[in-house]
Amino acid sequence: MIAVVSETSKDHDDASVSTSSWYEASARQRVEHLLDANSFNEFIGPEWRETSPHLPLFDLPEQFDDGMIVGYGRLGGKPVLVAAQEGRFMGGAFGEIHGAKLTGLLRAARDMASVPVLILFDTGGVRLQEANAGELAIAEIMRALIEARLVGVPVVGLVGGRAGCYGGGGLIAGCCSALAVSEQGRISVSGPEVIETNRGVEEFDSKDRALVWRTMGGKHRRLIGGAEVFADDTMASFRDAARYLIEHAPSMSLSTLESEQSRLAQRIERFGHCSDAVDIWRSLGAAEPENLPALHYREFAALANDLQEPRHDAR
Amino acid sequence: MTLDNILASLFPHGHDVVLERGLISGRGPLPDGGSVAVIGVDGRTPVGVEEAALLAGHVLDVIKPGGNEPILVLIDSDSQRMSKRDELLGLNEFLAHLAKCLILADKLGHRTIGLLYGHTAAGAFIATALATQILVALPGAEPAVMDLPSMSRVTKLSIDVLQEKAKSTPVFAPGLDNLAQTGAVAITLDTAGSLADQLQSVLSAPAEREDSRDKLGKERNGRPKAADIAERVYELARASV
Repeated sequence: MIAVVSETSKDHDDASVSTSSWYEASARQRVEHLLDANSFNEFIGPEWRETSPHLPLFDLPEQFDDGMIVGYGRLGGKPVLVAAQEGRFMGGAFGEIHGAKLTGLLRAARDMASVPVLILFDTGGVRLQEANAGELAIAEIMRALIEARLVGVPVVGLVGGRAGCYGGGGLIAGCCSALAVSEQGRISVSGPEVIETNRGVEEFDSKDRALVWRTMGGKHRRLIGGAEVFADDTMASFRDAARYLIEHAPSMSLSTLESEQSRLAQRIERFGHCSDAVDIWRSLGAAEPENLPALHYREFAALANDLQEPRHDAR
Repeated sequence: MTLDNILASLFPHGHDVVLERGLISGRGPLPDGGSVAVIGVDGRTPVGVEEAALLAGHVLDVIKPGGNEPILVLIDSDSQRMSKRDELLGLNEFLAHLAKCLILADKLGHRTIGLLYGHTAAGAFIATALATQILVALPGAEPAVMDLPSMSRVTKLSIDVLQEKAKSTPVFAPGLDNLAQTGAVAITLDTAGSLADQLQSVLSAPAEREDSRDKLGKERNGRPKAADIAERVYELARASV
């Protein structure tokens, strides 16, 4: 049902750009190719050199944008606010400046009540060198995001970056109106290394990449209803997904959260006894669940729509 | 203070708050004749998918009938439950759902007060205490984003070095004072006085409609830049569209 067809975007005539990898791109490249050509205006860009006031204490290099790009642009001719994390700087982690930019953007979206927000996640979670500021930033972002949704602003998350969407990033993603995720996108609270460190290698072997992908990766998240759209790892696919989800984003109300409560309770009831993602996929009705990780984008997207129609009224 | 002592001081005339498998739920009377709904986590229980769903269900039960009954969230938790099963089932959605329910309650007119009386950390902290409108704490509470040994592993700095650095900034190290300075904890309560009176005084103050934690962090010199950066982005965004 979801036609995330990689049509060549008219705003970007270079086809190689449209099919280039989202995963491999920098945050700036993603923003540039996601939005209409030359439409992006950054707020507090790198020329302002608003660097972390805390990293020097740890003798760590700073970045002039602190790994977060926020601004305004157009998507399909319509205005959008955009935030993009750079996973290659400090693992895209939330520090004081990094987080405050997104907080300010969402508060503005709330008060304007008419412009959708896109969040391009690429994060390992809280930046430990400024852990308290990062943790609070996540709490402030979630509150502003929910306030924006309560006045009807769509807030759409796109997950397909190198650092995944871990820790507090996973919680923010869970607050969004809707999510698109690619196979490479991982969404989780505790990362593989964190689980292994705390609970032992018997609980989770972080070096077992196949285990990581099938437990936290985009295919699994799409199948259990954690993301509405499965995107291909291309600029064009994420662009199409963003446009689709902005149009279909539910607003938030008591009834949305009641639906989410039963959606999540049913998930525990249905899959709570499963010890591995493959068991969950089998319960969902996949004929050859062990082959799901090898399926290409189109085959998987079609199968996912057969197995589980995405819901747009329960998050 | 133990949970029993806290409940006795909050509700000297009795209450029907119960503790079941580490989760707190129930209701107690307020001096003004009304009542307060109580939920929470006790005994350093980790918050996994079941715990988050149960707590969120209690919050929705308070919201559904309407009214404006306040919700008190008592917290002495572990971090989120770190397990394969919880992540397999989408723990991020469960924790986000709990936070959404608490924030919705606030927006629908229920005061939400977090009371931190023990430990809490990481995702559990965000989904419970930090999702309330105002967070207060008892002396001795031990909030942490991450403990120093884990931080030491990730940052590859010894615990001694981290402790030394923590003397010059509240921005990374665990502890109530550090989290109060960054603006997370608004008020530290007085264990010598009645908690019932102190809760009443929090409830009597007008509810803040804006999230002022970043401004509090600036006033207390714990987060020098967050409030200004958020304000600048806000103004630029408003001016651009």
